Amino acid sequence: MGRSLKLAVIGTLAGLFSGLFGVGGGSVIVPLLVLWLGYDERAATATSLAAIVFIAGFAAATQGIYGNVHVLDAVLIGAPAIGGVLIGTWLQQRLPTRSISLLFAAVLIASAAELLLR
Amino acid sequence: MTGAIAIGLAAGVLAGLLGVGGGVLFVPGLVILLGLGQHQAEATSLLAIVPVAIVGTYTQDRYGNVQRADALLLGLLSLVGAAAGVAFANALSGAVLRDAFAVLMVLVAAQLARRALREDAGSTSDS
Repeated sequence: MGRSLKLAVIGTLAGLFSGLFGVGGGSVIVPLLVLWLGYDERAATATSLAAIVFIAGFAAATQGIYGNVHVLDAVLIGAPAIGGVLIGTWLQQRLPTRSISLLFAAVLIASAAELLLR
Repeated sequence: MTGAIAIGLAAGVLAGLLGVGGGVLFVPGLVILLGLGQHQAEATSLLAIVPVAIVGTYTQDRYGNVQRADALLLGLLSLVGAAAGVAFANALSGAVLRDAFAVLMVLVAAQLARRALREDAGSTSDS
């Protein structure tokens, strides 16, 4: 399969995933760039982030047509998230991330249970 | 309003710390803490992801990690899929979509735990 075709397949899958679940699609893009195009993890994550700007922006605009976007809430969570990313990146160098990963996995499972019980 | 700010800050910290994107945290935060419906939470999450991804891209690009041509191609070629995914989400009921999202969260949790335990196994050899 040609390189452009592979990128088209990855992009389409990531777009579907992003539009369906309201996430960026990085969990689809990163492993496929590594497996199919021989990217290293760092370049895959960085390139995925850049693609997500387009994917999430376009999916958000499409959701806007359906009238589902709460713009004020998006600003209220998006703006502090930028500060949060900078803090998280700084902390990454200083904290044992594996125990935090496990703790966070537990939080995700508890939240999933909360959603399922609604 | 403080709830939304807390969700954003927590999601950002975890995204920077663990490399898990904001969306998987924005969506449940918006549903559980702010009471949005599943469709509204997903749509709002998508918009909130944009500025975070822009800042992240800018930072990574300064280190020369972004393959710009591939990123542009990926972004442009994803648009049809993104529109189809949004249309599909809106064709589903909120309850079905919420349950599917909960399954996605469990998968992300499993992936995180597996990665953490693998790092754990790797680090015992140096200690």
